[in-house]
Amino acid sequence: MKYLHSRNRAILREMISTDFKIRYQGSVLGYFWSLLKPLLLFAILYIIFTYIVPIGKDIEHYPVILLLGVVLWSFFSEVTTVGAGSIVASGDLIRKISIPRYLVVLASSFSAFINLLLSLIVVFTFCLFNGLFPHLSWLLLIPIVLELFAFAVGIAFFLATANVKYRDITYIWEVFLQGGFYASAIIFPISLVPADLRIWFFLNPVVQIIQDARYALVPVEGNVTIWQLVEPWFMKLIPFMIIIAVCVAGGVYFKRRSKYFAEDI
Amino acid sequence: MSDKKDVAIAVKNVHKDFVLPQNKNSSFKQAAVNIVRQNNKTTQHVLNGVSFDIHKGDFFGIVGRNGSGKSTLLKILAGVYSPTQGEVQVNGGITPFIELGVGFNPELSGRDNVFLNGALLGYNRKQVSKMYQEIVEFAELEQFMDQKLKNYSSGMQVRLAFSIAIMARNDILIFDEVLAVGDEAFQAKCMDVFEKYKASGQTVVLVTHDMASVKRFCNRAVFIEDGDVKGLGDPRKIADEYSKSNREVIERNLKNSNESQEVHEQTHLKAVIAKSPLSKRHVYRYGESMKIDIDLSSFPKDAKIESVGVNIFKTSGEHVTGENSRYEIKSPIDLTDTSRLSLEYTLNIKPAKYSLYIEAFKKEGVQAEAISKGFEFIVAQDDDISWSGLVELPHKWRKVK
Repeated sequence: MKYLHSRNRAILREMISTDFKIRYQGSVLGYFWSLLKPLLLFAILYIIFTYIVPIGKDIEHYPVILLLGVVLWSFFSEVTTVGAGSIVASGDLIRKISIPRYLVVLASSFSAFINLLLSLIVVFTFCLFNGLFPHLSWLLLIPIVLELFAFAVGIAFFLATANVKYRDITYIWEVFLQGGFYASAIIFPISLVPADLRIWFFLNPVVQIIQDARYALVPVEGNVTIWQLVEPWFMKLIPFMIIIAVCVAGGVYFKRRSKYFAEDI
Repeated sequence: MSDKKDVAIAVKNVHKDFVLPQNKNSSFKQAAVNIVRQNNKTTQHVLNGVSFDIHKGDFFGIVGRNGSGKSTLLKILAGVYSPTQGEVQVNGGITPFIELGVGFNPELSGRDNVFLNGALLGYNRKQVSKMYQEIVEFAELEQFMDQKLKNYSSGMQVRLAFSIAIMARNDILIFDEVLAVGDEAFQAKCMDVFEKYKASGQTVVLVTHDMASVKRFCNRAVFIEDGDVKGLGDPRKIADEYSKSNREVIERNLKNSNESQEVHEQTHLKAVIAKSPLSKRHVYRYGESMKIDIDLSSFPKDAKIESVGVNIFKTSGEHVTGENSRYEIKSPIDLTDTSRLSLEYTLNIKPAKYSLYIEAFKKEGVQAEAISKGFEFIVAQDDDISWSGLVELPHKWRKVK
């Protein structure tokens, strides 16, 4: 069993490193794109929402709040999109080698995870420029990011499995993410949402995660988190239960179907 | 026979069916349509209860024609497919590869590919580093390791893949058609490796069409045909059985092609070309005769068919020769007492691919019907040809003082 474990780790490692070597091949800026992509998206959103539709003007540390949201959302969307297509994309491998299939999905999500770590460096740099200095509460980002990772990977497993049979999945998910971007309070702080609507937003685990992350970096009143919602109390558990349910469903579905990936692709 | 401990792979009554949807449900729309229409599926039985044991230390051959189910069987052995029914028990580690070079990434350098492939074989970086030199030397690719794989020739890729594959130290190794690739020098190296495996008692499963290597290396073999075990045991017998069955198929095909002379038809004009008596196909030897029958019986009896023309073109377009019946057969052709014209050529023409163009004329220059497509034949290369150019004209040499 131990042998198997180390063996899978080696495969995972090589797959991730391959992904990294190939990703920006032929581009002049290479890995900088990992940092530039969220920065450029941030710049566009920042200009729009500070000058054109000035919802962010009066919000404390709006750049940090916005950038953190963009970075976390990009991570979530990358893990789920790339993960959804991963099994089909490695069709050749799946059809001809009997490596554990979950490695393929995991490899794609770990690459995104490394990307996220790079992006977080940019976020921290932004914090310093914005007058926010390292604080113990920043450490809370670790469990928060892990929670987001778990949620995204659970979805990725589910979508990757479904995508083998129904290739529509990747397209549907793309549209779904477009909507999710607005439903996840990325560009505006959740405090702008009327209090009685807010509770519906918090049904979305991504909202809970992003708000917690924002609060960890910028602990101000405006950053409402799920923990400040008093009623109903069980509301606080719902995002976590959704995540657990998604992970279990994704895992079981994947495990059940993975035997047949080789012939279904 | 042998005790249970000695069995490396036990294949027990393995069935494999593939459900083939008429239209693959790869979108929701099709899935929805198919739910409404239902049962748009056919089941293909690829393996129908295959059983055999591979013992530890066996050099085990799997032979069978293309489409016999042996690749499916191999995929089940390697764990890529799971059997529909029955089971496969594997004692010990088995190479997860069923094909060389799977997982190679063309965008990576040769070096990176060695590490990637090594990982798929179950080695970590450290272990691959240790055997790296050996792999590169065996593949004879020292100068190329930093180049991207996509710049390798296919032969180089195979060499690299095989060199990595033989580093595998699994209990059971699988090789599928490795001997079919690579040049002779490399094949000789493969043979050496196989000899070593054989001498060291390594369990190997070899899939090949090459009966000589089955006889040379294997101590046991199985012959799969149409999803069933056709024979199991002595590799010599199995190899002979396989060759015999292959010959039968070839002969059957030839016979079939012999029965049907090639016929081409227009509304009325019909031509039949008898196939070469030697090759039973449209391949003729130089100097052999070719007979073309032109059937005019479908024309109305009172149709005025002046003459029939036959032309030979090279497929590159050059007109080699043309004949018209009018110079030898009374024109117009009296269809009341002539139903066919027959023309026989002696093919004293250059070995190449040719096509026939057959036409019937109403009167001089006015075509009634023509057969222009599909009538092709080949004059085979022959070492004895003593002339050059397009045709050999009837000729005679004489010495004059």
